[in-house]
Amino acid sequence: MTLSFLAALINLDKPGVFLHWGVIQISLANVIVIGLMVAVFLLAIFIPFDRKSRRR
Amino acid sequence: MSDTTILQRRFNPDRDARPWQGGSRPYDLIKEVTICFLVVTVLVVGLAFLFGSPDDKAISIQTWATANQIDFAQTSISELNGTSGTATYGPPYNNFVGSSQSLGPISLESWIGVHIPVNPAQDFVLGPLSTVANAPNVTRALDVFNAATPSQQLAWETNYATAVSHASSVNGHLVVPRGAYGPIGVMIGQLTAMAKSGALDSAMVDQSGFYGTNYTKSLLYIADSTYFAAQGTAHHLSGDQWGMMNETGNFPGQAWLWLYTFWYQVPPFSTSANADIQVSALMGLLSLLLLLVPFIPGLRSIPRWTRVYRFIWKDYYRSQG
Amino acid sequence: MSTTKDQTVLDQEEAELARQWTGRIRRLLVDALPPDKLLPDRQPSYLSSWIYIFGALTIGGLALVILTGTVLALEGPQWWHVSSIGLFVNSMHLWSVEFFFFFMVIHLWGKFFMAAWRGNRQLTWMTGVVTFFFSIGAGFTGYVSQTNFDSQWIATQAKDGINATGAGAFVNALNFGQMLMWHIVLLPAAVVALTGLHILMVRHKGIVTPIEVNGTEVPHQGTQSESDPS
Repeated sequence: MTLSFLAALINLDKPGVFLHWGVIQISLANVIVIGLMVAVFLLAIFIPFDRKSRRR
Repeated sequence: MSDTTILQRRFNPDRDARPWQGGSRPYDLIKEVTICFLVVTVLVVGLAFLFGSPDDKAISIQTWATANQIDFAQTSISELNGTSGTATYGPPYNNFVGSSQSLGPISLESWIGVHIPVNPAQDFVLGPLSTVANAPNVTRALDVFNAATPSQQLAWETNYATAVSHASSVNGHLVVPRGAYGPIGVMIGQLTAMAKSGALDSAMVDQSGFYGTNYTKSLLYIADSTYFAAQGTAHHLSGDQWGMMNETGNFPGQAWLWLYTFWYQVPPFSTSANADIQVSALMGLLSLLLLLVPFIPGLRSIPRWTRVYRFIWKDYYRSQG
Repeated sequence: MSTTKDQTVLDQEEAELARQWTGRIRRLLVDALPPDKLLPDRQPSYLSSWIYIFGALTIGGLALVILTGTVLALEGPQWWHVSSIGLFVNSMHLWSVEFFFFFMVIHLWGKFFMAAWRGNRQLTWMTGVVTFFFSIGAGFTGYVSQTNFDSQWIATQAKDGINATGAGAFVNALNFGQMLMWHIVLLPAAVVALTGLHILMVRHKGIVTPIEVNGTEVPHQGTQSESDPS
């Protein structure tokens, strides 16, 4: 049975992409993760939380 | 349970919370936790399929010596003559004076002292060479070296270090220009051959018999090389590249270490000989502050000042009018 | 018709329980966490935001880290280098760690902006912060247990920071055996214990009420905790 389907679809093993801004050097991957964290946090507090049942 | 002593003190909105007297609604805790677990599972399986994980092969002494035997020979002479990173490290490896870090008068590193003894000249060079069998030229070279006076040994080491800085690789052989370095040419030549054969890797680990799970010596040896440092830099993992946050390739790394590595990039830490202890102490202090936020006036007022909570509890505040 | 016990017998049993270690501990635990507090079926109506699910998402991440770690442990630390299934499980372990921290940090931000330490919940906050730090330690020991170049690099770099504090004499990042055992035994036990304590504190104290600027005087010292939403 071939298990090649378990291999990664997107190869991230290539040389990393880095962003430079003054003394800051950060990988694109990390920027995406941090950006997503901030985005998800903002979504979590702004998206309305509709409960199906609002019984007291 | 009835309470006997009830004191009153002024309500502090950053410290106190009113008891809830309002309504409630049904809530399925176990269902929520189960759904969250399933959601995370789907995300994790998905990303594992999409991206996999990195696995760059470890560098052995053999791969290092084969890839760059000149660097190996240069590193080895620095281990023998006591000028390598490991040899001049100080505690916890050895008693070299001048490398320990301190915060003012406090040097915990020095006070705690040597607990992981590593003697590079013996452990990385002379010891492994003495295990070579059926090589009379090596045995002879070692005898000559060990019988010589310390000043003679130093002279040979210094001359070899100078010569090997002009070494070359010819047909896979290490070629070092001639010089007055006595038996050292044979010794380092043999050591290089051992390294390329893989014999040094096991010699470094099997320090207490058969089983070995402690790679302190081989890792210190490899980390002293220019070759290893270049690998790190190529992967963008060096300290001055914010490497602490990074992973090899394009994988996300350890974003939560951003502040720890940030300090190393800015003065005074970027040029300090005591950067490690200074940054550790600073991060320790900041960690303590984070831990003690509930007790620190001002810091614990930030949630109230920034009013982010108005969004989190908007339904409640709207119902209050 | 059931027979009820004589009051004297009841008093004797009560006195016996009050003397026993078992009885006293059980009473302490049941008082702190009665079943409907441990596993509530209602929540206060002010809980109306998606930010509240991030604690549970963090636990989901932790559960997956442990599950995938368990599979890796079954086959030993070198398995994932030579097996496709092993590599996949390792990938799951890596991404579950990323999600664990991802959700934990958002949970931290949420709890900070809610000033969730209010109303005698300082210990809840503090156990959370300590769990965060222990998790970083668990992650670090995991990185140096990978038996690949990454492990070698991280170990040889981190040793300088650790050595500078003096802790390097006892915590040797280059000692694979030590680091692996910290990673699969000591630190997971600590993280799980701290997480458990943190969750029990949340259940015991209840979810903190919204920030009120114009509050009344509050009872202080040995009062009933402001915890019962139902």
